[in-house]
Amino acid sequence: MSKRSYELIYVLKPDAPETEVADMHKQVADIVERLGGTIDKSENAAPWGRRKLAYEIGHHKEGFYVLEQITGSGELMKEIDRRLKVTEGLLRHLIVRVDEASIKADRARTKRLDESRRRRVARGLPPDRQPGEGPQGEDSDDSGDMMFDSSEAEV
Amino acid sequence: MAFGGPKRGGPGGARGKAGDKDKDKDKQRRGGGFFRRRKVCKFCADKIDDINYKDVKLLSGFVPERGKVLPRRISGTCAKHQRGLRVAIVRARQLALLPYAAD
Repeated sequence: MSKRSYELIYVLKPDAPETEVADMHKQVADIVERLGGTIDKSENAAPWGRRKLAYEIGHHKEGFYVLEQITGSGELMKEIDRRLKVTEGLLRHLIVRVDEASIKADRARTKRLDESRRRRVARGLPPDRQPGEGPQGEDSDDSGDMMFDSSEAEV
Repeated sequence: MAFGGPKRGGPGGARGKAGDKDKDKDKQRRGGGFFRRRKVCKFCADKIDDINYKDVKLLSGFVPERGKVLPRRISGTCAKHQRGLRVAIVRARQLALLPYAAD
């Protein structure tokens, strides 16, 4: 069985008592255990937990967010998805496979690093950036670059 | 009655003029005076490889008040990263981290 890493986020009603939160977590954990997966991490503290919704869902303006990182098979996640779909008191849930994205990100990072090392060596510099080297003042100046004023967006 | 025609024509003409004015202003800006900073893809510049749907702070910079995705021609994001950005925004919307549409 293939092992893949997934992220599951679900949103409970904001007035859900602690027992319900724990219960929901246990439900997920049971399925994960039954189908031979593992929960690597479970978060319901800031920035998750109780937070404002971007739009109202069934008259609720807030939701209780829980993030679970799960390793397991596709069938496992399918089963969780199926169960969550029929669970009442759940505003939203989302399952995302994360291993491929992180591999891709890693590859992009190493590629960029190799490329910069190659160029530095070609210029006769040590492959890694020395402390205190490079444009530093410019960096802080550039940070405001991506601020758009709404007037520009209207054009 | 005779006044009706020209009067009605008035606003239309004014609108046309206003449009021309805007064009002129734009030209002036482009011709000189204003220096438009070259737009750079934020994700390339800041070396963000993984555009994550959980990073609401980052994504909200690309979702103006109305709730739509900011187009590339305004943000300067490169094609590759705009694609990733779109996916991240769509995911964040499902979880009510970002709005589908505001007001």
